[in-house]
Amino acid sequence: MNIVVLLKQVPDMEKVKFDSERGVVDRKSAGTEINPFDLNALEAAVQISEKLQSQVISMTMGPPSAEEALKESIARGANDGILLTDRAFGGADTKATAVTLANAVKKLSSYDLIICGEKSVDGDTGQVGAEVAEFLDIPHVYYVDEVRKIEEDYITVVSNICGGRYIKRVKFPALISVTKDINTPRLPSLRNKMMARKAEIKKWSIDDLKEYLNPEEVGLKGSPTRVKRIEVPPEIKRQGKVCRNNISSFVDEIFKALKENKILEG
Amino acid sequence: MTEKAHKGVLVYAEHNKGIIHKVSYELLGKGRELAEKLGAPLYAIILGPKDIDIKELIYRGADKVFYIEDDVFNKPEEMLYKINLVEAIKDIKPEICLIGATTFGRSLAPRVASALGTGLTADCTELEIDDSDKLIQIRPAFSDNILAHIHTVTYPQMATIRYKEFFEAKRDINREGEIVKKQGIIPETRLVEILEEIKGDGIDITEAEVVVAGGRGIKTPEDLKLLKELADLLGGMIGASRDLVDQGYISSDYQVGYSGHRVKPKLYIACGISGAPQHLAGMRDSELIIAINTDPSAPIFNIADYGIVGDLYEVVPMFIEKLKRQESIA
Ligand SMILES: Cc1cc2nc3c(=O)[nH]c(=O)nc-3n(C[C@H](O)[C@H](O)[C@H](O)COP(=O)(O)OP(=O)(O)OC[C@H]3O[C@@H](n4cnc5c(N)ncnc54)[C@H](O)[C@@H]3O)c2cc1C
Ligand SMILES: Nc1ncnc2c1ncn2[C@@H]1O[C@H](COP(=O)(O)O)[C@@H](O)[C@H]1O
Repeated sequence: MNIVVLLKQVPDMEKVKFDSERGVVDRKSAGTEINPFDLNALEAAVQISEKLQSQVISMTMGPPSAEEALKESIARGANDGILLTDRAFGGADTKATAVTLANAVKKLSSYDLIICGEKSVDGDTGQVGAEVAEFLDIPHVYYVDEVRKIEEDYITVVSNICGGRYIKRVKFPALISVTKDINTPRLPSLRNKMMARKAEIKKWSIDDLKEYLNPEEVGLKGSPTRVKRIEVPPEIKRQGKVCRNNISSFVDEIFKALKENKILEG
Repeated sequence: MTEKAHKGVLVYAEHNKGIIHKVSYELLGKGRELAEKLGAPLYAIILGPKDIDIKELIYRGADKVFYIEDDVFNKPEEMLYKINLVEAIKDIKPEICLIGATTFGRSLAPRVASALGTGLTADCTELEIDDSDKLIQIRPAFSDNILAHIHTVTYPQMATIRYKEFFEAKRDINREGEIVKKQGIIPETRLVEILEEIKGDGIDITEAEVVVAGGRGIKTPEDLKLLKELADLLGGMIGASRDLVDQGYISSDYQVGYSGHRVKPKLYIACGISGAPQHLAGMRDSELIIAINTDPSAPIFNIADYGIVGDLYEVVPMFIEKLKRQESIA
């Protein structure tokens, strides 16, 4: 069985700077990491592979530096990493990203299951997964927080959707997106880290995918949505009364305000 | 001027087992505004079981409602919804299509958009029409740190919209509109089968008017009872930071934040929560925020209306005692 994990290298959100005056995001000041939700996706894949002797391939579309993320994924248990990188892929929205990823998956000799994260912390749409599934014409199940069972042709999962938890049985090949509740990603072992350092990451450019992909479909050209402007909203300031002493009378003042605002019955 | 190939604003009305989700009325409210600016009709489409009271969608502003009626739509099976919605949109040819950014909407919309070959903007918080009648979609990105203004160059211009961003459309029972019923397309082979719904306790923290939330300042799971007592007195629910969920103190149904639930209650009381950006992303739009924290430099104080620098184990009981005393007077 072959499992593909889609993972994205993202800026470390704690360190990205947002300039509200100029409306710009400075990613360069921040380091990068694997999108936190994708670590859950990877862990889910590795757990399955430990039970079923399957191969885990991690795949990402990104700049050459995203090789680091793939190496880390190997340290965390993936068998192989594939980096889709080409200037032509730049400026992609979710559709162009999904088209690129889906066609790279087609180039693999075979696959049964694709696992992605619930969303990326920078793109923040949660769309790429379902779009990849549509372009591959395979079923998808979103917001999976538990894998129940794997059979020859099916996977049974629990999907946290529509205010309920639904047990869904899906035929392979399929795509699932996972939430952080599915598992706790383990840390890479020292041995795996050493192995990862030597691992060869495959790099595919648009040329390598030309049998599958039309250059018009990728990157900015292939993106139907265009960002016209970004705005960094200033933090909303609240009235911010802070009290350190005489808390009892402050609490009385709060109750009075709550009544005035009709939050408490008077 | 030639007739536009795509015309009208289409709202996808979500339901859960036949009960229309309130986000649908919010989308109709906003949809009406957009339709009027464009001088175009407002449509609604619902894929649901038999006998949904769909006149309600007309009372809330739709000029025409498409109702694809089949009991298979009692279950959230995106693939079935997708096939039907895609065909309907190809027929209707709207210029704009809006879907609620609920869990189901977020799973369904990208599937539909890709099948139609159009773009999709996720999780919008504002929509406008520009001078050339194009839709401007405004959405938070980068974990809610920025707002992006987005145009779509293909049709329909599709977006998912966050729940509780817009006001519900006013209900007018004298409004009239057309209802078009259609039969569902139900394929014989299904790749996804829903075996069972696991009955939960029906907790929905996003509907609570008051949330009393605890963070790592809470020392043991038992201590959550203290917050529960306060929440009960205020007619609200308890909530939690991710830390408490990760420690197994409480289920993720109660988690507030970027990877939990977004809440917008009238009152949010943060007890022993530092106010990390990922937590703020889930509660910063609350009407009134009270923060209790021993650390005066905790970022939660920057967005609190009332900040109390103090030990939650002393302050929360004080709230409880005062509320009880008031009740006994009343
Ligand atoms: C991708 C991602 C998603 C995330 N999603 C979420 C999310 O959805 N929700 C979320 O909450 N977090 C989320 N986080 C985690 C977030 O970054 C913080 O780690 C978390 O919110 C911290 O929780 P906390 O405030 O309870 O704990 P801490 O940051 O440890 O704060 C505890 C606070 O309690 C105060 N305190 C201690 N004792 C007392 C006392 N006796 N009385 C009063 N105050 C006291 C301390 O001064 C401190 O300020 C996410 C992180 C990532 C990377
Ligand atoms: N450039 C990318 N390369 C590989 N996987 C991606 C990429 N972008 C998004 N994904 C996957 O799609 C999920 C949802 O991302 P997004 O739609 O950006 O929120 C992520 O958690 C990843 O699993």
